[in-house]
Amino acid sequence: MVRIALLGNPNTGKSTLFNCLTGLRQKVGNYPGVTVQRKVGRMIYGKNIAEIIDLPGTYSLAADSPDERVVVDALLGEMETVERPDLVLFIADATNLQRNLFLAYQTAQLGIPMVVAVNHWDSARKKNIRIDIAGLKQALGVPVVPISAARAEGITELKEVVAAALVSKPHLIEAKWPESVEKALDAARAALPESVRGLASRAVLHRSVFDEDRSFFVRHGVSPQQASAAIDAGRQMLFKGGLNPGNAETVLLYREIKERIAPCIEIDTTRSSSGSESIDSILTHKVWGLFAFLGLMYVVFQSVYSWAGPFMDLIDAGKGMIQDQVGSWLVQWPMLQSLATDGIVEGVGAVFIFLPQILILFFFITLLEDTGYMARAAFLMDKLFSWCGLSGKSFVPLLSSYACAIPGVMATRTIQDPKARIITILLAPFMSCSARLPVYVLMIGAFIEPSYGAAVAGATLFAMHFVGLLVAMPFVYVANKYILKIPPQTFVLEMPSYQVPKVRDVLLRMYNQGKEFVKNAGTVIFAITIVIWALLYFPRSEEVAESVTADFAAAQASELGVEQAEALALLESDEELADALDRRIASAYVEQSYLGRIGKTVQPVFAWAGFDWKITVGVIASFPAREVIISTLGIIYSLGGDVDEESGDLRDVMANQKWQEGEKAGQPIFTIPVVSAIMVFFALCQQCGATVAVISQETSWRYGLFSFVFMTTLAWIAAIVVYQVGSLL
Amino acid sequence: MKTLNDLTQGQSARIACYMPKFSAARRLMELGLMPGTTVRFVKAAPLGDPIALEVDGRHLSLRREDAAKITVQAL
Ligand SMILES: Nc1nc2c(ncn2[C@@H]2O[C@H](COP(=O)(O)OP(=O)(O)OP(=O)(O)O)[C@@H](O)[C@H]2O)c(=O)[nH]1
Ligand SMILES: [Mg+2]
Repeated sequence: MVRIALLGNPNTGKSTLFNCLTGLRQKVGNYPGVTVQRKVGRMIYGKNIAEIIDLPGTYSLAADSPDERVVVDALLGEMETVERPDLVLFIADATNLQRNLFLAYQTAQLGIPMVVAVNHWDSARKKNIRIDIAGLKQALGVPVVPISAARAEGITELKEVVAAALVSKPHLIEAKWPESVEKALDAARAALPESVRGLASRAVLHRSVFDEDRSFFVRHGVSPQQASAAIDAGRQMLFKGGLNPGNAETVLLYREIKERIAPCIEIDTTRSSSGSESIDSILTHKVWGLFAFLGLMYVVFQSVYSWAGPFMDLIDAGKGMIQDQVGSWLVQWPMLQSLATDGIVEGVGAVFIFLPQILILFFFITLLEDTGYMARAAFLMDKLFSWCGLSGKSFVPLLSSYACAIPGVMATRTIQDPKARIITILLAPFMSCSARLPVYVLMIGAFIEPSYGAAVAGATLFAMHFVGLLVAMPFVYVANKYILKIPPQTFVLEMPSYQVPKVRDVLLRMYNQGKEFVKNAGTVIFAITIVIWALLYFPRSEEVAESVTADFAAAQASELGVEQAEALALLESDEELADALDRRIASAYVEQSYLGRIGKTVQPVFAWAGFDWKITVGVIASFPAREVIISTLGIIYSLGGDVDEESGDLRDVMANQKWQEGEKAGQPIFTIPVVSAIMVFFALCQQCGATVAVISQETSWRYGLFSFVFMTTLAWIAAIVVYQVGSLL
Repeated sequence: MKTLNDLTQGQSARIACYMPKFSAARRLMELGLMPGTTVRFVKAAPLGDPIALEVDGRHLSLRREDAAKITVQAL
């Protein structure tokens, strides 16, 4: 199958075009650095199929960061797993053609056939930029097609041109290099050991001489000394020719581009101030900029909290109905009935109920990403991050981590400095991901809102989203100051023009994230729920029921002053007493269950944080995935007979929980300090197997392990501090 | 010698040259900050750093520390 690679500067619409051509749904967003991995899809053209490769954006083949490395590796085809593409489909932004084509000229040296798509044709028209396509074709020597990927305009023509180019193999006319460059390449080659001399193509030598790229040498076992000798030989020669090796390529190529391309572009400069700048006059304003940022975040979380209410009630009612219905079908098989109603429907339903919040959160995240605000936020925050050795570059992955830490960890590939990148990776799981949202909403809805009202509830949710960052930053500061000492980084970021997000894109993203959430609830949470139900249901020995009944009868007998046998008879006839007995038996069963025993054993560890054994069980169960605490609490209370007819709602059940024994007997378990400790614990704890796996994959298992141990210990200490301090107030 | 860092809001200037031994020079040039190009100082971030520049109709953000290594000619 032929391979076609999409290449271009960041944010020029490569992934948008990829989606057009393949029908897939790669993530797009209006900021540089959305794509950080190589992604493959298939395009059908005529009767043939081609493999389309979406690549990260890069300004140059002189790779600085891991995402740019991906591009260079894909084009050189030096990696064993990655073959060289048959055609490069170069995506240039029509509103910034000259700078965009710099990369195309660099790529020309690689000798891969090329087609140039001039994207953002619609934006160029709006900005009164006229491009002479025929002239451009002539100047470049390859087919040039104007397109608007976002509006799917020009795609049919592009496909035809690509199909033709796969046969005719057009090459971009290379820049003419001065004598000294050719001499430099020869000198570098001559300095190489005989065995690899033949393997080093001009393109490889270009990269080694101009940006001291050693990847080729490393791969072919050239010793570091020999590699340095070759690079130095080449650079010496450039120097002799009066060129500065550091930027010779850039200067020479830009000169060529200006000569050849500038005549094809006509810009009407009568229009001066851009729309984006007037929006920025507020959003990045000296004073209002930071307030606008905080205000936006506040609106997001307040809306997530308050808009979802009615929808949650609806889902809750649905859950109740399903439980009743399924329960009545299975009434003859008590164990199956319990598995279905107390286990599956309760456990999965308890998580499912938070679907509305997830949808609303992603509505806002998509707005942030698609409007172009993301890059502005990085601009605002850079200074704050620079105190910890990081830069605004770290801010984008961290903001993405509010959706999920996994894409956040991946997005750090745009960061050049390896230490800064690792720190950002370790910070990512401290950001409050959407899986924590249900935990906060449950706790806030059950305990904060009833006492303090909706406004405080929304504000609490807002505040919870900064706990992780605020707790982690001092550690980063200290680590940087005394251990890592990250050198000051260059922070250059291109700010995209603002655009109005397309309704379709926003809805699609919400739909996809909603689907993901439901799928997760239906598979992972479903499976864990069954295990948890089983661990809470078994072993179910008759003795437990018998001894509880005997104790209860004895208690009743002494209270009423009757004989034990009489009390037993009373239990049979009096409905209320029978009910009370049933609940005690249920509760005893849960306490005697496997998970109940584990919870009771571990509970002392969390006693200082005010957790009872049931919360402890929830915390333990939620290590694979945070949402599980909600299903677990649901199942515990449901199995334990805590749920009575009127209050099926988990929030009410929790509010009615009381300490059974000990010094606090009779007092409610969930007090404000306990609830705060639970929320802080979940804000800080590393309870996501998938994130640990991604951290390990992107760095090494040591960092994955470190992240787990550090965050979990920190969460435990913080929960204790919050509870103890909260109890003093 | 005046540098990019010395410009005030709204001021334009032409890039003259880069200070020697400035490792990010190449990347900045690739982003369009070539000697001879006209740039406009758009604004500084609320906390004073970084700054936003306009080059060829694009907005770039750059730290003052780096901007101070690029000399300019006033227009
Ligand atoms: N007006 C307009 N916008 C476009 C066009 N093509 C893409 N966009 C928008 O440009 C933004 C960037 O698109 P992406 O496809 O994510 O760009 P990319 O090149 O994959 O970006 P990176 O992965 O970060 O390198 C998105 O907001 C698109 O909606 C177009 O033809 N016209
Ligand atoms: Mg992309």
